[in-house]
Formats: sequence, structure tokens, C-alpha cells
Amino acid sequence: MSLASATRKGAGATAPAARTLAFLSPWLIGFSVFFLYPLISTIYFSFTKYNGFGSPTFTGLKNWDYVFNDLPAFWQGLRNTLWLVVVMVSLRVAFGLGIGMLITKIKSGVGFFRTAFYLPYLAPPVAATVAFAFLLNPGTGPVNHFLGEIGLPQPGWFADPNWSKPALTLLAMWGVGDLMVIFMASLLDVPKEQYEAAELDGAGPFQRFRYVTLPNISPIIMFAVVTGVIQTMQYYTQAFVAGRVAAGNAGNSGQQFEPGYPNGSTWTLPQMVYNLGFQRFNYGAACVVALVLFVISMAVTSVLMRRKSGFMASDD
Amino acid sequence: MTLSSTLPSEAPGKRTGRGVARGPVTAAERVARRRALLNWVAVHSLAIAAGLFFLLPFVFVFLTSVMTDSQALTTDYWPTSWNWGNYGKVWNTPGFLTWWRNTLLYALAGTVLTVVSSLPVAYALAKFRFRGRNLAMMAVISMMMLPPQVTIIPMYLFWAKQLGLGGSLWPLIIPMAFGDAFSIFLLRQFLLTIPKEYIEAARIDGCGELRTLLRVVLPMAKPAIAAVALFQFFYCWNDYFGPQIYASSNHDAWTLSYGLESFKGAHHTNWNLTMAATLLVMAPVIVLFFFAQKAFIEGVTLTGVKG
Repeated sequence: MSLASATRKGAGATAPAARTLAFLSPWLIGFSVFFLYPLISTIYFSFTKYNGFGSPTFTGLKNWDYVFNDLPAFWQGLRNTLWLVVVMVSLRVAFGLGIGMLITKIKSGVGFFRTAFYLPYLAPPVAATVAFAFLLNPGTGPVNHFLGEIGLPQPGWFADPNWSKPALTLLAMWGVGDLMVIFMASLLDVPKEQYEAAELDGAGPFQRFRYVTLPNISPIIMFAVVTGVIQTMQYYTQAFVAGRVAAGNAGNSGQQFEPGYPNGSTWTLPQMVYNLGFQRFNYGAACVVALVLFVISMAVTSVLMRRKSGFMASDD
Repeated sequence: MTLSSTLPSEAPGKRTGRGVARGPVTAAERVARRRALLNWVAVHSLAIAAGLFFLLPFVFVFLTSVMTDSQALTTDYWPTSWNWGNYGKVWNTPGFLTWWRNTLLYALAGTVLTVVSSLPVAYALAKFRFRGRNLAMMAVISMMMLPPQVTIIPMYLFWAKQLGLGGSLWPLIIPMAFGDAFSIFLLRQFLLTIPKEYIEAARIDGCGELRTLLRVVLPMAKPAIAAVALFQFFYCWNDYFGPQIYASSNHDAWTLSYGLESFKGAHHTNWNLTMAATLLVMAPVIVLFFFAQKAFIEGVTLTGVKG
């Protein structure tokens, strides 16, 4: 691409190619070495058999066939991801909006509450997951102890395939601080006159939310959903650590841990890349899963980029 | 903290009591006041419930962290004795100090390199006109959204097999000298809001682009730079996947996040020590947050609302 030209308008606004290149150079190198080159390599490796030693041998579509037809965990991982997108992302967005609205209504101690609600978001994911693995552990954890005391059923959480994803969802909702801040700021931007006008027209709280709040903040909800889906495509640390801690508690700490515990219920595609590549040394199959992940992520990202006004805005 | 400044100022509940003394109160006013009071009670009950949901996990982690080994294996909520020595035990675990040092090095070096390399790129993308600028912007966003696992196989082979840097954190630090997509994006969003006139004035005064960037743009972009630096520091501090891939083979290169998980593995019956270690890993970022709360909140807002 030619970075030169563009001598259309006033001289002050036009950048000479050399200067532009100089300013962009760190990133041009970074983009080529840490994005383009490995992406092309990943495509190449996906058609080869390679375990890190010797040199890759071309095997055509064999890895693709293996991943799609002989690796049930791949489909399980996709189903888990879909579950997380539908349940975790929507609950997190709804909860973030609710907490954001609550904050705007609090009259006393708003500083205290805002900090308290935000704090869990800052907890490093590994630390937060280990903490939840303790709080929710079925044997001695305070949550199940409390549920037992008030006579409610005590789920197995991270140790039960039916409850592991809900437990991860709970963990994600605990760290909702980022969404809370974004929603809080956008709720404060809704013009007050619109609420007053709606009230004069006799609109109740629910109608005010439906006809004033929602239309005003719908772009932010959209943003939260799309970034939530992208984060879910990258979901790795919490699922991996939760599975590993739960497997360790079950007394399986001796052998090498394979992600997905219990029963494959926490498999996600990023963990599968790790498992295939760094635990089974099947680089070819790992690259196939990586490319599937790439295609899905870019499809979701293209939704974001269509928001011309925001992401792609420029000042001329 | 902003705690004290906002405390009781405007509680409608407090005023209802005095209202009677102030003279005749109409029925409509009384209804409105009662409704305001009920509303206040409802909102603050919800807030307290939510506060418990967010804070109780910290409380239970802390209470367990000071229990004795045997009490940590029971369902007790409250410690019978306060064993502060647990923190000392964790601190003196072989390797713990090294993990601290490594994490701090990774986070500080990563932050400085990211800011220095991303600012000029963001400036060019925000303020220069050139062909292919939209394409470059799309590439930045694509890179920002890319799960790190997509390119990890060739990257690992590149760093570990070709350059022999496996078992260290260098494969994570060095790339940050070449711009970080998220930081570039965030800085650019902010730089767009700086009026062109400031930059043109500097040019008319004969400043070169680099001097314009350092003398005019940099001081104005301080809040955004602070936010980017904080985000990057947190990202490095919290990173688990990177150290797992590159540093796991060498104990001396582990970070806190990676070490904590293996600490849990080695002490899997000692919830008290694990919880003490968990709090020690959380503490620095939480302390940092209290010092830089404003910059942080502004940064989070910048990611979403300006769009």
C-alpha cells in the first residue's frame, strides 16, 4: 500500500510518507512479526504433521478431518462456548445494567457502594477463580454450608458437570465492575427532560425504562454484548484453573491435568489449542482449532467494525 | 476515597421527621414524602444485598486465611484463633519472592514499553492523513480482538525453538516494544478528541511532528496515557496463559498468577495457606486501584462510551 500521495487538501493536514512510516514503524513490525507471520504459519501447519521435532510433513486435510470427525471434545467445546455466549454473556450484561442503574439511584454512600461493586473486577482471574473454588467447594465451602443450613440443595459446582458452567457464570457476574462503570456513565448521559416528559405523560417506572432508558443506551448494550462474545471466545484462565483445582480436590492431582474437568463440561476452544499443542504435541490439529477460533472471532469483530461512528471514527 | 464526601447529605428519610414542625403539610406532600422514603429504603436494601454479594467472598477468603490447618478443613465461618503466621508461611515459600519479582518486572517493563511504542502509532492514526489509514485501523482492531491462542503455536516455535528464549518471560515482554493493539486503539480514541487547532498552532510555530507530540499532545493526553498504563500493568499482572506457555518449564521465571495455581496444587488440603496466598496476589492490584481510582474509571469509560 502506498502511504504517500494524499496531497488533496491543505498542506498542514497532509503527512509525508516517510514521517507517517516512522511513526507507524513499531506497530508495522509488530503486526508483521506477531500477527501476519504466525497467522500464515498457522494455516500452513494445519495441513502438516508436526510435533516440534524434525520438520513438518504435508498431510493435506488429515488434521481437519481429525478435528471435525474424530475429536468429540471439539464439538463439546463449541457447545460449551455457545452455552457461555447465551447464558453467561446475557446474564452478565443484564446484571451489569441492573447494578449500573442501582448505583445511579443510590443517595447515601454512593462512593462506598461504587468501590465495593467494582472491586471484584480487579481481582486477578487466577486468584478470583481459586477463591471461588474454595467458596463453592462442595465439602467445606461456606456457600454450600449456608445452603445446607437454610435447607436448600447443595450443588457440586465446579465438581459437577451440570453445575460447572453455572459456577463459572457466577464468577463472571461477581466481576461485573467494568460493565457497571460503562452502563453508569451512559445512564447519566440520558437527558433528564425525557424522563420528566415521560412522567408528565403518566409513564410508570417500567414504561420509563422501556421507552426512555432502553432506546438511549441500546448502543452501549450492543457494545457490551459484542465485547462479551469476543471475551467468551478467548475464555481460558477461569475455566482452566477451576477445572484443575476441582480435579485436584477430587484427588486426581497425580497425573497431568487435561482441561475440561469435570466430564468435558468446561472445554473451550482456546484450552483445546493448549491441550492439543502443548500437552499432546499435535501441532497440526492445534492449528486447525486455532483457525476455527480465528474465523469465529473475526466474524464477531466485523459486527463491531460496522459501528462506523464509534470504532472507526476519524476527525476529518 | 470518595467515601465521606457523599455520605448522608441527601437522605429524604431524615427530613420526614422534621417536616411536621415546619408547618402545615398537604396530603399530597405527605404521600410524596412517604413514597420517597420507601424508595430510599428499597434502593438501599438492594444496594446492601449487592454489596454483600460483592464483598462477602473477600471476607470469607480472609477469615479462612487466618485459620489453623485443621480448622480450615471444617465448615466453620469464623476462626477460633487468628494465625497471622500463615501469611509469613506463604511469603517464605520457596519461590514466592522470585514470582513477585518476576511479575513486577513483567508488569513494569511491559507497561513502559507499551506506552512508549503505542503513543506515536496512535498519534499517526488519529492525526495524520494517509492512504490506507482505515485499513490500518481495521488491522489494529482485528489484532485487538484476536485470541492469543490463535497464533501461539508458531509464536512458541519462534521464541523457544528459534531464539532459545523458552523458560523466560522475554517472549512476553519483547513484543510490547512493538505496540499493543488495545493501547493503540484506546489512545487513538482519546487523541481524536484533541482539537486540530492545537496541533496546527504548534506546526505554525515551527515544531516538528515529534516535538508536537511530546510538547503539545503528550501533556494533554495524560489521562489516557495513565489509563493505558494501568490497563497494561493489570494485564501483565493477571496474565496466566503467557507465563504458562513460556515460563512453566523454569520455576525461576514463574509469575504470581502461575505460581498461585501450582501453590494450590501443592497445598491442596491447606485452604488456609491457599487463601492467604490468594489475598497476597490480589492485594497489590487493589492497593494500586485505590491510588489511581480516577484514572482507572475514566479509562474503562473511554473503552465503551466514547464509541
